[in-house]
Amino acid sequence: MIVMQDIYKTYANGVTALNGINVNIDQGEFVYVVGPSGAGKSTFIKLIFQEVKPTKGSIMVNDKDLTTLKSKHIPFLRRDIGVVYQDFKLLPKFTVYENIAFALEVLEESPRNIRRRVMEVLDQVGLKNKARFIPDELSGGEQQRVSIARAIVNHPKLLIADEPTGNLDPETSWEIMRVLESINATGTTILMATHSKEIVNTIKKRVIAIEDGLIVRDEHRGEYGYEI
Amino acid sequence: MKFRTFKRHFREGSKNIWRNSWMTIASIGAVTTTLLLVGAFLALMLNLNHVADNLEEDVQIKVLVDLTADDKEIEAVGEQIKDIAEVDTVDFSTKEEELRSLVDSMGEEGGAWELYEQDNPLNNAYIVKTTDPQDTMKIAGEIEKIDKVEKVNYGQDVVQNLFQFNEYARNIGLVLIFALVFTAIFLISNTIKITIMARSKEIGIMKLVGATNWFIRWPFFVEGLLLGVLGSILPIIILLTGYYYLDNSTTALDQFSFMTLLDFHPFAWQLAGLILLIGAAIGVWGSVMSVRKFLKV
Repeated sequence: MIVMQDIYKTYANGVTALNGINVNIDQGEFVYVVGPSGAGKSTFIKLIFQEVKPTKGSIMVNDKDLTTLKSKHIPFLRRDIGVVYQDFKLLPKFTVYENIAFALEVLEESPRNIRRRVMEVLDQVGLKNKARFIPDELSGGEQQRVSIARAIVNHPKLLIADEPTGNLDPETSWEIMRVLESINATGTTILMATHSKEIVNTIKKRVIAIEDGLIVRDEHRGEYGYEI
Repeated sequence: MKFRTFKRHFREGSKNIWRNSWMTIASIGAVTTTLLLVGAFLALMLNLNHVADNLEEDVQIKVLVDLTADDKEIEAVGEQIKDIAEVDTVDFSTKEEELRSLVDSMGEEGGAWELYEQDNPLNNAYIVKTTDPQDTMKIAGEIEKIDKVEKVNYGQDVVQNLFQFNEYARNIGLVLIFALVFTAIFLISNTIKITIMARSKEIGIMKLVGATNWFIRWPFFVEGLLLGVLGSILPIIILLTGYYYLDNSTTALDQFSFMTLLDFHPFAWQLAGLILLIGAAIGVWGSVMSVRKFLKV
């Protein structure tokens, strides 16, 4: 599913974020990415959907070689990957329905299919009655569920979540985790960067720890391993 | 692109007009103000040009045929004038007709000249009109060289000054119109740019969800088009009404035959079409150029 070999990343301002990453993630896995702030977690995650390009090394995602991917093909890569952000990244002027539908309009689906599928995922994340609301009218947890719905609406094989619970209170965070687990249960690979010790230690999954741009730990059913 | 996607872009573009209502009002305001200025100035310039054309149309060359010429020679002069390429019409006026028009032009005092009817001292004449009034001087020169032509008359000094003045006026007008349209483009595209800048985040999000650049660009294209068209409505209404009243009112200017406005139909409609076109083009250009900057995510 995801194969990285000797990935290095140095930003234009001279900051080195990744120092030789090697990793292999299989279809259907649920992986936590943990580590101190500034360790390179975000860069690691952004590489996968090409928001950031590596300085050196090769990445394969969904059997596509990203190192040779032309920039005009990036949109098509992103359509196979659902992404959930800490700050939700919803379109503020669009309704909940329109936000989710956008991901399908991009694929030039028929309006009837779009309607059916959007209502389906809204039901899955429990927001069927909020379809006509705009993001500002929703709570943080609800907005995050909208962004999850948008991420999975086109049946991606991979869902990436960059600190999806970072802006949410504990109770809402568990709610989001339940949604993510149910998505993982359908065979979708999930890669989640997080700072939440409780979540990682309670819902046991594979844990990849990144420090100073290197993978320092990679264990199945691992622990968070940091104090706060 | 599938047709339903095209429909989708059109729908989204129109929705954006409502979604960003304040930005829409600002953009339409900028389009309205500048187009009103451009339109009024265009109407003024085109009418001045029309007046200049009228003046130039009145320019004609009077060719006086030598008194010694017999009928055959007179006819030959006429033929030779007609052979000049740029000549439009040639009318023959006998010396009797010349005297009549002279007497008529004198009014009351003209009676005194009627004595000359017995022994007419005037020349037979040809009245020549050129296809392009600007050629008058050149053609007059050529006619002068024809045998049996005594004199060529076209109000030499006045005509030369008139043409010179008209040329200056036209050039200055052209420069002003370009400057004004350029200012309009700059002002409108800047306003639109600000409204889109506020949405640069949105564009970034769309890209992260997998939208291609064209998928993002199309609704903006439609939005710009609509802004331009909506912004040109008010200027068109104002200019059409204003021109209609101006065209139908009598003013002191009416006593000069050459001071006529271009006819409401079709001029006012052409002006309206032109304003609509400028508005739409500037709207589209402004929004597409502004989006370009934010597409690199």
